[in-house]
Amino acid sequence: MAILVYAEHDNQELQSATLNAVTAANQMGGDVTILVAGSGCGSVADAAAKVAGVSRVLVADDAALGAQLAENVAPLIAGMASNYSHVVAAATTTGKNVMPRAAALLDTQQVSEITEVVSADTFVRPIYAGNAMATVQSTDAVKLVTVRSTSFDPAVEEGGSASVEAVSGAADSGLSTFEGAALSDNERPELTTARVVISGGRGMQSGDNFAMLEEVADILGAAVGASRAAVDAGYVPNDYQVGQTGKVVAPELYMAIGISGAIQHLAGMKDSKVIACINKDEEAPIFQVADFGLVADLFQAVPELKGELEGQGIQAR
Amino acid sequence: MKVLVPVKRVIDYNVKVRVKADQSGVDLANVKMSMNPFDEIAVEEAVRLKEAGTATEVIAVSLGAEQNQETLRTALAMGADRAIHVVHDGELEPLMVAKMLAKIVEEETPDIVILGKQAIDDDANQTGQMLSGLLGWAQGTFVSKLELSDGGAKVTREVDAGLETVALKMPAIVTVDLRLNEPRYASLPNIMKARKKEIAKKTPADLGVDTTPRLNTIKVEEPPKRQGGIKVGSVSELVDKLHNDAGVI
Repeated sequence: MAILVYAEHDNQELQSATLNAVTAANQMGGDVTILVAGSGCGSVADAAAKVAGVSRVLVADDAALGAQLAENVAPLIAGMASNYSHVVAAATTTGKNVMPRAAALLDTQQVSEITEVVSADTFVRPIYAGNAMATVQSTDAVKLVTVRSTSFDPAVEEGGSASVEAVSGAADSGLSTFEGAALSDNERPELTTARVVISGGRGMQSGDNFAMLEEVADILGAAVGASRAAVDAGYVPNDYQVGQTGKVVAPELYMAIGISGAIQHLAGMKDSKVIACINKDEEAPIFQVADFGLVADLFQAVPELKGELEGQGIQAR
Repeated sequence: MKVLVPVKRVIDYNVKVRVKADQSGVDLANVKMSMNPFDEIAVEEAVRLKEAGTATEVIAVSLGAEQNQETLRTALAMGADRAIHVVHDGELEPLMVAKMLAKIVEEETPDIVILGKQAIDDDANQTGQMLSGLLGWAQGTFVSKLELSDGGAKVTREVDAGLETVALKMPAIVTVDLRLNEPRYASLPNIMKARKKEIAKKTPADLGVDTTPRLNTIKVEEPPKRQGGIKVGSVSELVDKLHNDAGVI
């Protein structure tokens, strides 16, 4: 068996979600090939070749693939899929955009966002916002699978020595054109890979008040997230959202500040190792999942928290 | 311009989901069902296009059991002009749904299909992308802003790193995210009017689509439960627990 892993990258760097996908692919069993589709993405291919457990890297370097538009990438994946038993991608917004289109071209029923590999054809995946876990067996000849990154350890970034080969066949479908991106200018660790995440909810009352959380985040080396309510209210941009339809995180410590704990938010963070919350409503559902809950007004408690951390000299690890 | 809006009937988002004791699935008996929240946003967007004079007709489609009629009536009450119901008992996988929608697109020739980005029951996030692939159309997924002009659409997409703008050639598929709009509640007069609107019925066989599942569901289980924790009395106690007991800071 041979498994194709679609690389998550920005033409410069290989994103860590790819490493989790490689681990899932290795559990399915078989030689792992990474496909790097992009434009001017040589450095990504070099990084991919070093990943442990990868035997081959295929590079499709073409202007038409620069923005990884699904209309251009999906035919490329579909064209090479018959050489593989599985095609695997991280369940990022790129993977979610590209993979189902490729699956349709291959007449395959994709298995989305798996959290466990049971065997080469059987996978566990959350349904109903993670309130149920389904074990499903794929009967398709080529299995298309997306992987929830937080459920698989990252493959080791160094030590591999895969061959790197160029592949052709990329073409511009002419259906869509990338016009631009407004990416968050964020110096903090990435939400999905941070060791500590501190998130604010509607209780924060304004975007300006998130500065309080950022100060604590800076001390702890944490990423800052938000509930859907806070994003809908315009306090912070969409890429902060943790939940069923936002990002799924599983840090060592998740701190929920002024977040009630709606089902759809819990779906995005309940696999965190330790959950702490601060909320003035002691009936809030977040207390039912929190290891440590503090009933308090966050506008007093958060500055106090900052002072306490500074006073004790607690720093980012 | 003609707009097609597929809508799915799912467990209401407020209902606590219960796994069946025999692990065959989730208990749907006597549970409140509603239109998938993302599909409500899709219907709202389509109706707004009509109100703005951009769209001439909005057609709602639903695939599934007899009761899906209620979901279609909701779409009609929100402002869709007519509806198509593909009647089928039992589960439908996204690929089958996409294949049936592709047939309906061939028959109805819409200029744009607007769908929810995912359904909150299976959380698959596949149907729109699959439909685009089958039709060979442009796709704009996870859209928080849609602008239509002559022969094209410009979409703003919510992606992991922020926002992205993509121009789509028409006809196109758009899947909507939460912040595209806030769906309306249907007014009583509109609910009454919706009763008179037409719902055409079809079957998967009419559309020539095989409904044999590709995935076997082996079992459906409850997720591991988190142990309830403790309440702490002060910020300093919280820091102490996190630092000394849990060792996470």
